[in-house]
Amino acid sequence: MIYAGLDVGSRTIKMVTFDSVVREAKVVAAGVNPLQLCRELLENKEYSRLVVTGYGRHLVASALGGDIVSEIKAFAIGARYLFPECRSVIDIGGQDCKVILLTEEGGVGKFEMNDRCAAGTGRFLEIMAGTLETSVADIGDLALSASRTISINSLCTVFAESEVISLIARGEEPGAIALAIHEAIATRIRTMVLRVGIKEKIVFAGGGSYNRCLARLLEQKLGKQLIIPESPQTVGALGAALLAGECKTGN
Amino acid sequence: MADENVEMWEKLGIDIEKHNALLNRLGPAYQEIFLSRENRPEGMGFYDFVVGDIHGIRVKELRAHAAKGGKVVATYCVFVPEEIVWAAGGIPVGLCAGAQFSIPMAEPILSRNTCALIKSSLGFKLGLVCPYVQASHLIVGETTCDGKKKMFEILNEYHPVYVMEVPNKKSERSQELWLGEVRAFKDVIEDLTGNKITADSLAEAIDSVNARRRALQRLYNLRKASPAPISGRDALLVTQVSFYDDVKRNTQMINALCDELDERVASGQGIAPEGTARILVSGCPQAIPNWKLHQVIESAGAVVVGEETCTGTRFFSELVPSVDSNLDKQIEAVANRYMNIHCACFTPNEERLDDIVRLARECKVDGIIHYNLQFCHTYATEAAQVEKRLEKEGLPLLRIETDYSDEDTGQIKNRVEAFLEMVKP
Ligand code: SF4
Ligand code: SF4
Repeated sequence: MIYAGLDVGSRTIKMVTFDSVVREAKVVAAGVNPLQLCRELLENKEYSRLVVTGYGRHLVASALGGDIVSEIKAFAIGARYLFPECRSVIDIGGQDCKVILLTEEGGVGKFEMNDRCAAGTGRFLEIMAGTLETSVADIGDLALSASRTISINSLCTVFAESEVISLIARGEEPGAIALAIHEAIATRIRTMVLRVGIKEKIVFAGGGSYNRCLARLLEQKLGKQLIIPESPQTVGALGAALLAGECKTGN
Repeated sequence: MADENVEMWEKLGIDIEKHNALLNRLGPAYQEIFLSRENRPEGMGFYDFVVGDIHGIRVKELRAHAAKGGKVVATYCVFVPEEIVWAAGGIPVGLCAGAQFSIPMAEPILSRNTCALIKSSLGFKLGLVCPYVQASHLIVGETTCDGKKKMFEILNEYHPVYVMEVPNKKSERSQELWLGEVRAFKDVIEDLTGNKITADSLAEAIDSVNARRRALQRLYNLRKASPAPISGRDALLVTQVSFYDDVKRNTQMINALCDELDERVASGQGIAPEGTARILVSGCPQAIPNWKLHQVIESAGAVVVGEETCTGTRFFSELVPSVDSNLDKQIEAVANRYMNIHCACFTPNEERLDDIVRLARECKVDGIIHYNLQFCHTYATEAAQVEKRLEKEGLPLLRIETDYSDEDTGQIKNRVEAFLEMVKP
């Protein structure tokens, strides 16, 4: 029996199919028509049940005939499957970031999620990378090349951007600016972590975990090691697929 | 009849075009959140009717009252003792201030970091879109929070405003101060109405406001049943309407609704099946037409079974105790009753934490959602204590901080759904 999980995010769509192992895991950019993309992703696939998570879950599940689950639960289940000892998840996605504490049994114990503010999310990094004329993929390495540390004070995307622009105008080293941006994000995540009170082992998932600088800073600030899955972006979709197999969902 | 309304609104100085836009927004929202739901109690018909003509019927009554020389006194907060107004032959109305619509009208003046309730309040006056504001002879404010306090100064440039000083502590000296404030308020209202308050008139006012409080308490007790006989949305609406409807009529309507709910409870009929997640909402007021959080929670498949808010228990859980027919004693009793409102404007405010825990247990809830209007610092800061206490009691809590706009509804849904999965796996 094959089960399908979709994680319909605002920036990317993730799909996982699963029987007793992961059959396929895919990440595509979410365009203007997520529903169409999801249809294409599932085209010609045989699966007995679909569970959808992510921002677009309601829309997609009702159109394609699936059940829904929140991202929090999906990430918790996915991370736990990959790392049975996992007690916490930090996820930095395109448009949101979340910190989840799992119970010993693997249920969700407590969680924090950013509100409407983009600070601390992939989107924030993307905008800052644009201002520094680099890309999200490279901004982490740029930051690691910094020869000195400076700080930016603002976490608001709009204000931070103008702060960065004035740093550039002052002739500040791009690497140092990039590092400051990462510092700001890591500080923000740390606050969420403190609110939730996470325990080891900690899985760091989502597109943000590809960023080596961010991972390193978080480890420093938390004084703990982070485990980064091989395919960090599909943890939520995996959780959804696992739930499809268990015939158990959120509601 | 519609024309009659327009004529009345014109006389009140309403900006008809903007006002139409406001009503046009309310209609579809009401349809979606209330009218389209199944299995609602028949007793909600009255409320549908009142909201359907939200700026008509009741305003007409207020105008008729004014035509006979009567006065209308508008308020924003549950601290203003409405008994005093009724006793002097005036009519108190709690203003809405729950609409996103009027916020842009206040934004050129107020700081961006101001709570939606304050922006909405001032916006209704500046935009000339609220017939209740227009029909009132006096707006009574209070010093419960800094934003409101300063907003009233601005509002006073456009409308007569009187501000009562609500103390910050619950000490004896504070009680003394508040008693003085209630006495002074009595003088202000007597001057405004030209009527002297007597022991008899105040006793009658106390009785009728107490009766409405009892009716609301009855409604809240019925919601403790499992399955819950009424949705949180409907129950919230009943309280919201109680702020501006006639006290006697409303008491009857609430009691009639409760009679019907009695039967539902007796026959085990619920608005949602037994086993549905039950939620207590606690925090800032949800003034009409602010149904955002309840709508999200109940659309996600849970039922709200209580509100520890100003549009909930803080509005009616305390009665004015009966005392001898002696004006001084009665005023004291009224003043004391209001000092027992456990609002975050007080320090310390431990009693509110006790209330939340007690209500959570009485209503057999699966979790508590702390509702915070963004930039409401008293509640946001107190939320830390709420969190600590609930953790100690083993009661799950979700904190939501938001305003009236719809832009973050998706994020709130995300978190509420995840919370429900957590408390009711
Ligand atoms: S929260 Fe406090 S200040 Fe605000 S309406 Fe309620 S009692 Fe009044
Ligand atoms: S919600 Fe808070 S900030 Fe807004 S008026 Fe009430 S007490 Fe003041």
